[in-house]
Amino acid sequence: MFSYCADPDTLSGLTWLSCYLTTGKHMQFYLSFGTVLLLLAITAPSALLFGFFGAASARSRIWPVAWFGKGYIAIVRGVPDIAFFLFFVIALDQGFEWVRHQVLCPDWDQPIRQGNDFIVCAQAKLPRGNTAQWVHEVYGFFLAVLTFSIVFGAFAANVLFGAMRAVPHAQIETAEAYGMSRRQTFWRILVPQMWVYALPGLSNLWMVLVKATPLLFLLGIEDIVYWARSLGGTANPRFTEYPHGDWRMWYFLALLIFYLGFTRISEIYLERLMLKLTRGQATSGGEAQRKVTA
Amino acid sequence: MSCWQTVQDYGLRSLGIGERLLPREGFTLCEQVTLIGSGLLWNIYFGALALLAGFFLATALAVGKGAKNRAIRKSASWFIFVFRGSPLFIQFFFAYFAFLQLKSVSPAFDPFTSAWLGALIVLFFNTAAYSGEIFYGALRSIPKGDIEAADAYGFSGWPRFRRIVWPTMLRLAWPAYTNEAIFLFHATTLVFFSGFPAWQQRGDALYYANFFADKTFNPFVPYPILAGYFILLTLGIIAFFGLINRRLNRHLPQSARRGLKLRINIIR
Repeated sequence: MFSYCADPDTLSGLTWLSCYLTTGKHMQFYLSFGTVLLLLAITAPSALLFGFFGAASARSRIWPVAWFGKGYIAIVRGVPDIAFFLFFVIALDQGFEWVRHQVLCPDWDQPIRQGNDFIVCAQAKLPRGNTAQWVHEVYGFFLAVLTFSIVFGAFAANVLFGAMRAVPHAQIETAEAYGMSRRQTFWRILVPQMWVYALPGLSNLWMVLVKATPLLFLLGIEDIVYWARSLGGTANPRFTEYPHGDWRMWYFLALLIFYLGFTRISEIYLERLMLKLTRGQATSGGEAQRKVTA
Repeated sequence: MSCWQTVQDYGLRSLGIGERLLPREGFTLCEQVTLIGSGLLWNIYFGALALLAGFFLATALAVGKGAKNRAIRKSASWFIFVFRGSPLFIQFFFAYFAFLQLKSVSPAFDPFTSAWLGALIVLFFNTAAYSGEIFYGALRSIPKGDIEAADAYGFSGWPRFRRIVWPTMLRLAWPAYTNEAIFLFHATTLVFFSGFPAWQQRGDALYYANFFADKTFNPFVPYPILAGYFILLTLGIIAFFGLINRRLNRHLPQSARRGLKLRINIIR
């Protein structure tokens, strides 16, 4: 990076450190923080979308749809989320390949599961064997995002389902008295009012989502945990210009501080948002604000 | 090989008792159910001990966070913030590598690098921080009248805390604390995925489920088995905590008793 880094053996102290922390590998490490932020930016809205459909279908009058919605909400209560992460990454991949296999190779007559192998025809493989490395990485990241969205969608569905029930019943009755259909009541009365009830749950969910991002490592993505492990490990002088001992502890300390800062900043912003949204509301929070100003 | 034979061979495999080698091929349903169930023993071990020890530290932290002394208040708040504000996964990694460093200083830290002690300590601190925050919230919502009545009866200091404040705090915090217990048991599945080695392949339930999914390349059998075990475990926790909840609320009139209304609030 810097011009004086040409011969690391002659350096010492802070100059050595400044060269060490700007090697190409470290740049990739810093970029992987971007991966985490990208995951959050994509997952948060898509999980909200999954959650919205989950909550809406749990309220449905058609019982198979309602059962599906309620089952989706209930299942994550009893089972560790990490199990879901490990399950969905393989299951989604195999599911996609199976569908493509059915469509692309209709005259394939052998079973797909042969002993311990999962065999689909060559055209159905995802991603195709001859594609570039970055396609594989993007596909892996896409699977991870989908997995996160499904799992956190269930949590969000739980929050939104509760929020929909918290909207005062009189509002719904009034809408019915005005002759609104069920669909109109849902979109015009229920959905606009539920957000203030959902916000505490959703902001809690955001904190949980932030703290779940290191689990990307388990899904096989080269994220910050991956880089912290590989960069921090003992560096042998034979293979690197910057030999050092086992520094993994310090790398993970840095990650710990990163997450502490991230959650603290989120907390401050969410508090502000809550203050803004409760202003003028007929809730105890809104009442407290009124008393302060009065 | 009959299923009963498999249970005898692998039922306590996660503790190192029984058959040494894990099955290599032709994985039967029985083997999967047995081994995953055997791994569940570790989850129960981590969860139960961390919860039990964490309960006492959590009470201390809650009282500390509400203390008048600034030093005590600040240190309790920081402890809670550090453990609640960072992911458990990173805490495990950090603790494991920190113990590795300490091990090179003194062999006394040798057991800390294995999961049974090192991971237990992290879980203990973690659950203490989360429950401490729950208890602190409950402490602040104890009805003013209860404290005033205690004062009027001449209670003060330790007897007042022991007989009035603490039971009321537990009663108010219990539904949230039940939730915390459920998620603590779920969090124990992270242990063997976060640095701590599964020595001689003695792992927890998720470790074995992952082992089978990798070997058979079929996630649709081991993970539902794991899910079944955990749903049973969760129901067990709810039943056990429900019993305590009934005892805590036994002085209240029947209609005023609050059932355990559970909701999702925290995972790490």
